[in-house]
Amino acid sequence: MNNRLKGNILIALVCFILGLMLVAQFRSTQKSGSAMTSLQRIQELTMELKTVIDEREKLRAELSELRKRLNEYESSAANISQVTEAMKRELEKARIAAGLVEGTGPGIVITLDDSNLPQQSGEDPNLFLIHDEDILKVVNELFAAGAEAVSVNGQRIIATSEIRCVGPTIMINSVRMAPPFVIQAIGNPESLESSLRMRGGIIESLQVFGIQVNIKRQDKIIMPAYTGPIKFEYFKPVKAGE
Amino acid sequence: MLIPIVGLILGIIVGLMVPLDIPISYAPYASIAILAALDSVFGGLRALGEGHFDVDIFITGFFINALLAGFLAFLGDKLGIPIYMAAIFAFGVRIFQNLAIIRRRMLDRLFKKND
Repeated sequence: MNNRLKGNILIALVCFILGLMLVAQFRSTQKSGSAMTSLQRIQELTMELKTVIDEREKLRAELSELRKRLNEYESSAANISQVTEAMKRELEKARIAAGLVEGTGPGIVITLDDSNLPQQSGEDPNLFLIHDEDILKVVNELFAAGAEAVSVNGQRIIATSEIRCVGPTIMINSVRMAPPFVIQAIGNPESLESSLRMRGGIIESLQVFGIQVNIKRQDKIIMPAYTGPIKFEYFKPVKAGE
Repeated sequence: MLIPIVGLILGIIVGLMVPLDIPISYAPYASIAILAALDSVFGGLRALGEGHFDVDIFITGFFINALLAGFLAFLGDKLGIPIYMAAIFAFGVRIFQNLAIIRRRMLDRLFKKND
């Protein structure tokens, strides 16, 4: 009987601890919404937040630098002389070459969209999608045919622009985009179009797989300027005469 | 049978009064510990019913089971494998087995009284 009583008391003690823990656990679950917000998710979100904060800091620094430069320009604009006038013209030219100014002109607009052909079983579905390479080839062909400015889905192609596959989307100037792709090019519309429509050319090879290609000539294309950040961390210009 | 229930109620009341809080990162360990405690309670009740309750076995069983389960959860966290599932599984199966035995014994006693 003594053993029985002892057992009962011990079990009661464990029950006491059990109740204590139940309440504590219930409370912490209640507070966080769900106990199943896994640690991994928390870590992911923390990392994301950190990168975004870093990015913001960088942008802020860039902004203040740009403001400072603008101030300098404004103050120097007060004493315009012929030299600065010439420099301004030179600057404008350089900006046009770098793709930093919006502009208009005649050219063509190419719209590319994924294939709408019914896919046969056993065929590689990749063949029926637009890839970064396809866009790269089209842009390359356009430049080869004398295009003076090219943009893809509103992203101006400049000297450092990348055209790259990122999962199911394509990244240009660090902006992700998905089909349909609208490629604008300013140049001689006739030669641009014929360069693309060349026999055995890029358009022909795309149309084999049913990729929808639409080329339109236009008298007036509005070409957006490159709006992303410009940073040269490693490149240092060599001064003439050195 | 009555004393353990009183203990449980007492524990819940004390838990409500005292602002005891488990950090969210320890929540998996706490849940394992709760399971170990539940297992011990049912195991103890069964042993009591069968009349071979041993204080030493009960106490060591409770602590060692809880510690092992916590260690498994910790190890699983480090290795990225949910090893604590093993503890949950083992405890869960045992809880139901013990419960079944207790229930059978209680039914037996009930019918014997009626006869």
